[in-house]
Amino acid sequence: MGMLWHPMDQECYFRILVDKLIGRHRRTVHAKERGMYKVLLCWRYLKTRWIALASIVSVTLGVATLIVVNSVMDGFTSQMQDRMHGILSDLVVETRATNGIAEPNWYIERIRARLGESVDGITTVVTLPAMMTFHHNGNAHTQQINLIGIDQSTYASVSDFSKYLLHPDNKRQLDFILKRNGYAPDREALQPSGWEYRSRVEQLKKDRQTELERYRQLQAKIAEEQQNQIAKDSQGLSDSTADQAIDPKANENGTQPLEANSDLLGGPMIQPVQNSGGGRVFDASIEQRIGIVLGIGIGSVRGRDSDGQLKDYFFIRPGDDVSVAFPNAGSPPRAIDELFTVVDFYESKMSEYDATFAFVPIEALQRARGMFDPLSKQGAVTSIQIKLARGTDLNSARDSLRDEFPPSESYVQVNSWRDTQGPLLAAVQLETTILNVLLFMIIAVAGFGILATFFMIVVEKTRDIGVLKSLGAPGSGIASIFLGYGVLLGSVGSGVGVLCGLAFVWKINEIARVLEWITGREVFDPTVYYFDTIPTVIHPFTIVWVSIGAVLIAILASVLPSIRAARMHPVEALRYE
Amino acid sequence: MNNSIPAKSLAKPTSTAANQLRVVRPEADNESGHSKQTHTTVPQSFSRESMVDARAVTKSYRRHKTSVAVLKGVDFSAEQGKMTAIVGQSGSGKSTLLHLLGTLDRPDSGEIHFANQRIDNLPARKRDAFRNHQLGMIFQFYHLLPELTLLENVIAPAMIGQSILSYFRNRSSIMKRAKELAELVGLSHRLHHKPSQLSGGEMQRTAIARALITDPKLLLADEPTGNLDQESGQSILQLLRNLNQESGLTIVMVTHDENIAMQCDALVRLKGGKVERLK
Ligand SMILES: Nc1ncnc2c1ncn2[C@@H]1O[C@H](COP(=O)(O)OP(=O)(O)OP(=O)(O)O)[C@@H](O)[C@H]1O
Ligand SMILES: [Mg+2]
Repeated sequence: MGMLWHPMDQECYFRILVDKLIGRHRRTVHAKERGMYKVLLCWRYLKTRWIALASIVSVTLGVATLIVVNSVMDGFTSQMQDRMHGILSDLVVETRATNGIAEPNWYIERIRARLGESVDGITTVVTLPAMMTFHHNGNAHTQQINLIGIDQSTYASVSDFSKYLLHPDNKRQLDFILKRNGYAPDREALQPSGWEYRSRVEQLKKDRQTELERYRQLQAKIAEEQQNQIAKDSQGLSDSTADQAIDPKANENGTQPLEANSDLLGGPMIQPVQNSGGGRVFDASIEQRIGIVLGIGIGSVRGRDSDGQLKDYFFIRPGDDVSVAFPNAGSPPRAIDELFTVVDFYESKMSEYDATFAFVPIEALQRARGMFDPLSKQGAVTSIQIKLARGTDLNSARDSLRDEFPPSESYVQVNSWRDTQGPLLAAVQLETTILNVLLFMIIAVAGFGILATFFMIVVEKTRDIGVLKSLGAPGSGIASIFLGYGVLLGSVGSGVGVLCGLAFVWKINEIARVLEWITGREVFDPTVYYFDTIPTVIHPFTIVWVSIGAVLIAILASVLPSIRAARMHPVEALRYE
Repeated sequence: MNNSIPAKSLAKPTSTAANQLRVVRPEADNESGHSKQTHTTVPQSFSRESMVDARAVTKSYRRHKTSVAVLKGVDFSAEQGKMTAIVGQSGSGKSTLLHLLGTLDRPDSGEIHFANQRIDNLPARKRDAFRNHQLGMIFQFYHLLPELTLLENVIAPAMIGQSILSYFRNRSSIMKRAKELAELVGLSHRLHHKPSQLSGGEMQRTAIARALITDPKLLLADEPTGNLDQESGQSILQLLRNLNQESGLTIVMVTHDENIAMQCDALVRLKGGKVERLK
């Protein structure tokens, strides 16, 4: 029944939307949802017009790039956060005062009282700017370092410090004692190190000294013989020949004023006298000075050899002695010079830290700087580092400590690790955001490509649209053919893009290697980043929003052509040639 | 009309179609404010048997400010179950009139009635439904959809007329009907060919089958033989003639061919924007 006036059917929301878009007002009687021809035509248009897929390739590329960029940036961020957090303790109570926090135990008690159970570990630290001098190939090198006095029994409890040391024994517990050998067995470049290396160097020095001694005696003997000869030949000329005799020892000492060195040849010949030594001669081949752990960036450079292989070159090794100058706690401060024996390297893979950090036992620093209180026998410290128990809120713990030590009343500051590294993390975050915006613009550009392609397809299909209208297809139905086409292409484009992006991320290091091989240039330089591989993290959420965004852009781009198709006048469309 | 398309035959008592339309008449009155007045002023010349008629229809096209009047008050009526031919010079407005009768366009003034019911001022959606269910149209250039096969082209109006769900529910009957129609137009051996693989005559037969799938009351044909040779033109005409005679399908056909025009039940000429009745 009711041939002209169609029976009512369920409301289709999409249809209303299309009607709104093409500006048609619905009357009270609704036509039923009709559809199969849309699906069929949409599919046929896709099958006969693969060229439309070309317009979608840019969406694919944009989506893939977005996924790669986001996962690499997230990878970097999370690696960096992990590392920073591994290096830095959760909270730091520190002072800039020259003589530091004089009564650290009182502070520690108050911190423990305030934070209670949430304190997982606590340690005291003395941090100083310092200047380190070492010898390499006969030259003295000076470098600025951050000298950190640590309590080796508790320091590892507030951060991942011991994880970053090279010697397996030190990874368990650092004792600032030079090991026999076995530093990072997997690193060939570091192999002569430890006591074995130290004694060998000392032996060489001794041998050289003996040799020199012999040479000197020989010279003296020759000179004597000559003198005798001259004296025999002509008595009057003996004075002038004596002046020509050269003293090699004086010459050597003149160019090498410092005792500690690492070179095998041409070093100074005189053994240093131990600082505290009371006249006893220090035997470097069996004795060490106070231990120091250097950041690996201080003692080595990383580069590539002629074959392009990554190679470390160590100019300081565990077993060498270095001299460190730092200010004492007096006012005005005066520089103190101390000798240390390198006992290990510290490799956090954060180049900023690896290039400046040097760790020594805290008491050694306190003693040398005069930070011991004669009455309480307590050593002053410059900062107290706290590790919080798992699940403790970092910021609220920090704020509670700030309450405890208000800046107005005390001379300490309380910071969390995030505060100190905040600007860096924020910079990375900003970079990620900007990249995302830019890449989405690329996808938007792709959207214009889709728009143009679709307009052309609509124009090409003008007569067919007229035919469909003459067969009774409503404007909304025709619009949905092209909208569906857009949705389909957008989904295919972003789907393929997601797959490509994931594949790229999955094989990113292999791809980097291939690119290196093709271009002959380094794509990812581990000497810069201290990462051996490119770190990546894939957040499912990123994939979801990237693909939704891309499909939305494709849909938006197909809306205008669809409206145009829907609004076409049937007669004019039929007349179109 | 219920969704399932009766597969039985093209024949359908035409009087019931008019009755059905009268049943829903009041609804149309609500839609068009002045249809009551129209009803009272129906001239005597329009019989109750009229299937489709144009009453004082004018239509002009505007091009660069100057307006060209194509139809200047056309009164035209096609009787139910008859075959009416429209002749006229090229550019006289035959296609224009046919488009107006088929609600593809709207007149500037005047009215179009279908089974004594005004259709030119219906909302777009109802006109769409009208075209889908009551009307079949064939054109000089066939206008098949090139992406679809012959069979798909034939069932296209049925797909447009119903939801995906009901399409799949009635699919077997639609297919059966489409194959019957293909048989009727003599193309059952080419069901899966694309239009590009068919000859002109075969395409026009396909277009006729497509026009018939929804069992329309009225077939509008715009120079259906205009692009064909004598022989295939004659066979198309024979096909239409049979449809008209055996199932009482009302046909309005535009043609240039005097011979064809003379074979029709009624004949009108468009001249100077007016209709002259010749037969
Ligand atoms: N969209 C339009 N804009 C302007 N003028 C138009 C338009 N459509 C048709 N016309 C004009 O209206 C007149 C009638 O056109 P119509 O197509 O109805 O003629 P016809 O009788 O079908 O001719 P033919 O026998 O050649 O098909 C012509 O002069 C044509 O130029
Ligand atoms: Mg014409």
